[in-house]
Amino acid sequence: MAETQSLRAWLLTDTPTSRRHAKLSALYQGWLTFRSNTMAMIGLGILVLLVLVAAAAPLLSPHDPFVQNLGNRLAPLGSEGHLLGTDSLGRDILSRLIYGARITLYIVALVALIAPVAGLLVGTVSGYAGGWIDIVLMRITDIFLAFPRLVLALAFVAALGAGIENAVLAISLTAWPPYARIARAETLTIRSSDYIAAIRLQGAGALRIITRHIWPLCISSLIVRVTLDMAGIILAAAGLGFLGLGAQPPSPEWGAMISEGRRFILDHWWVATMPGLAIFTVSLAFNLLGDGLRDVLDPKAGE
Amino acid sequence: MMEQLLDIENLWVKFPTRQGIFDAVRGVSFTLGRERLGIVGESGSGKSMTGRAILRLIRPPGIVEADYIKLEGTNLLDKTEKEMRAVRGQQISMVMQDPKFSLNPVMTIGNQIIEAYRLHSKASKSEAYAKSLEMLEAVSIRNPKRVMRAYPHEMSGGMGQRIMIAMMLIPNPKILIADEPTSALDVSVQRQVLDIMDRLVNERGMGLIFISHDLNLVADFCDRVLIMYAGRIVEVCQADRLHEAQHPYTRGLLNSLPRFDAPKPRLEVLQRDPAWSEAPSVSGRT
Amino acid sequence: MTMLDVKSLNVWFGTGRDRVDAVKGANFTVGQGESFGLVGESGSGKSTILRAITSLAPNWSGIIQVDGTPVVSPRPKAFFKTVQMVFQDPYASLHPRHSVDQVLGETLHLHGFREIDARVVKLLDDVGLGQKFRFRYPHQLSGGQRQRVAIARALAPEPKLLLLDEPTSALDVSVQAEILNLLADLRQEHNLTYLMVSHDLSVVGHMCDQLAVMKDGEIVEIMSVAALRKMEATHPYSQHLLHASV
Repeated sequence: MAETQSLRAWLLTDTPTSRRHAKLSALYQGWLTFRSNTMAMIGLGILVLLVLVAAAAPLLSPHDPFVQNLGNRLAPLGSEGHLLGTDSLGRDILSRLIYGARITLYIVALVALIAPVAGLLVGTVSGYAGGWIDIVLMRITDIFLAFPRLVLALAFVAALGAGIENAVLAISLTAWPPYARIARAETLTIRSSDYIAAIRLQGAGALRIITRHIWPLCISSLIVRVTLDMAGIILAAAGLGFLGLGAQPPSPEWGAMISEGRRFILDHWWVATMPGLAIFTVSLAFNLLGDGLRDVLDPKAGE
Repeated sequence: MMEQLLDIENLWVKFPTRQGIFDAVRGVSFTLGRERLGIVGESGSGKSMTGRAILRLIRPPGIVEADYIKLEGTNLLDKTEKEMRAVRGQQISMVMQDPKFSLNPVMTIGNQIIEAYRLHSKASKSEAYAKSLEMLEAVSIRNPKRVMRAYPHEMSGGMGQRIMIAMMLIPNPKILIADEPTSALDVSVQRQVLDIMDRLVNERGMGLIFISHDLNLVADFCDRVLIMYAGRIVEVCQADRLHEAQHPYTRGLLNSLPRFDAPKPRLEVLQRDPAWSEAPSVSGRT
Repeated sequence: MTMLDVKSLNVWFGTGRDRVDAVKGANFTVGQGESFGLVGESGSGKSTILRAITSLAPNWSGIIQVDGTPVVSPRPKAFFKTVQMVFQDPYASLHPRHSVDQVLGETLHLHGFREIDARVVKLLDDVGLGQKFRFRYPHQLSGGQRQRVAIARALAPEPKLLLLDEPTSALDVSVQAEILNLLADLRQEHNLTYLMVSHDLSVVGHMCDQLAVMKDGEIVEIMSVAALRKMEATHPYSQHLLHASV
């Protein structure tokens, strides 16, 4: 107990003794703020659980998600051996949901890697450079923003071909413009601040200022936005899956599962509802997490 | 014995933090009559918190505790939030440091003053308009009709602050709390705003609490001064005798100011004594 | 020896109908080792002169000579080794996510210094902050401590001319005294030249030998502080300012 107390004191100190100490201390302070937000902790808990489930899918799932059993199709909830029932081909829905978590995480991770990074690049360069660079980049952004997201994604998938990777690519291509807008707006305020003037007076170039001084300040609000948008991205992926343009059968992608279940929705409601609930839960978790992260990373908006 | 408008006993303002409870104001007692009472101190001394606590404007998680805060005999701490809203503005008004943040940028100044007035009285629109014009004239605004139609961004800092004063005084409050009302203004405008405030407060027989970090300004402008340090009152004195103040903290503050007429090679640096913050608060009662 | 020579300096913002002339035909010189004050109310253009010298205000005409060399746009790296600036608001002039160590380390790195660790330690000692402040972030520092960090950053490239833009107006009077004393000491130790902007005549009177009074973008009077103290100001505006401050 005494040791944990001193560790806490070490982390909460006002006088860090080394670079590492200062970093850890800042992280710990953020964690404490985050931890005090119960809803955000619930969101984080759900997502951690999702990652664990996805990682341990082969151990957790009672059946092979691809094995069909036409003799036992559309079994209801709680039937023997199939806790969440079976779908139209007699596949175990629970197992498919568990494996589907991997696909969902895959989509989330890829989009989170591509869209905000592209948006950050375009937005900060546009905002810092100004002039004609700003005009050109922002008009391109406007063009992307002028289409409804799903329609644009549909067009991309139609051009690139159906499949999970192309769906992710299409979603990313439609998701970056809002991030570029946010990053640009932030850059404009940051650019005129005294600390940027100060580093310019040390002879720092544009590249250094953007990457070392502007990015760290934009990233936090982008992380918050991405987390809050994650729900929309999962839904968009599910929507593409539902329309048959995302993951292809027999892949247990949640959207595709709803799509398959819709034919039986009146008589066998659970086939479409269970993946729907999964999407709902994960989307909600991301939203809760985003709210909590906003309190930690962006204290002025939390007030 | 002067008639007491405000009587505060043992006021505390507390903020819970991770390191424990932080006391921003620690056991402050004072009274206010029909006078100009200055509260001076450095940033973090609790002077602004004291002003806000009187109106119970401390945001949660901050807590206000006191034996009582009596406004003409009634304890403000017993009032509900709804009753407090009637007190704010109508009986006690507050002018903040920067008019830019206190005026609504998308509403004309006229509408804001009229709204502030009609919130507390049942006057008709035209009555309120006439009263607003009158009030703007009272704060020496030339061409008040044009100003009524203008938006806050069209005003200079000095004009904005005079408009704020007009707005705050229109319901005829008994007490005005001015929190650094002139520190965002240029020296020449400062004087003008203070003169207007002084005149109005005098004419109406109001009580004024003037919160400032500027010792010379307070010495010039107020009748009585409370000097605050680390959430406590360390010294109370008559404003015209501030330069004879005894407490080492007050002396230190006075000596650390560069003086144009009396140059010296080095400025005196205030040596803080931990005992100052431990000593009990001096009572500011009369 | 002249450290800074400003001749018929005009600075403006915007173009066409929106053009605002912030500084109109300013002339003044600051000798090596001198401390020169610019006094005026907000909007008088005093800070704009500093920003024009450091290229933070884009549109200007006239001649600015620093240490005998006319400045060119964009400013070469050598310029920033000669001229540095301390900003008004210490709460806005430090990057909120960079620790003191990062701020000073990066500055030293940009100016091509070696042995950065040792120099950071030295700089912190120079401005009266101990080692325990080295790894703190700005939010863990008081206003006076932040301004000390900002001064340390300005001193890092070992400049000759320091531009001070109201360095104490955001601080408490007791802290102001500490910072002004520090600036006076540093001037002596490092043989610096100061160009200081302030609205407070008593601060300029304490720090400077010469001063220029500015009003509406124009320098209305240049005189020595000693002369001003003897009430020898001739321009009515300088007299007005003097009466408001005493």
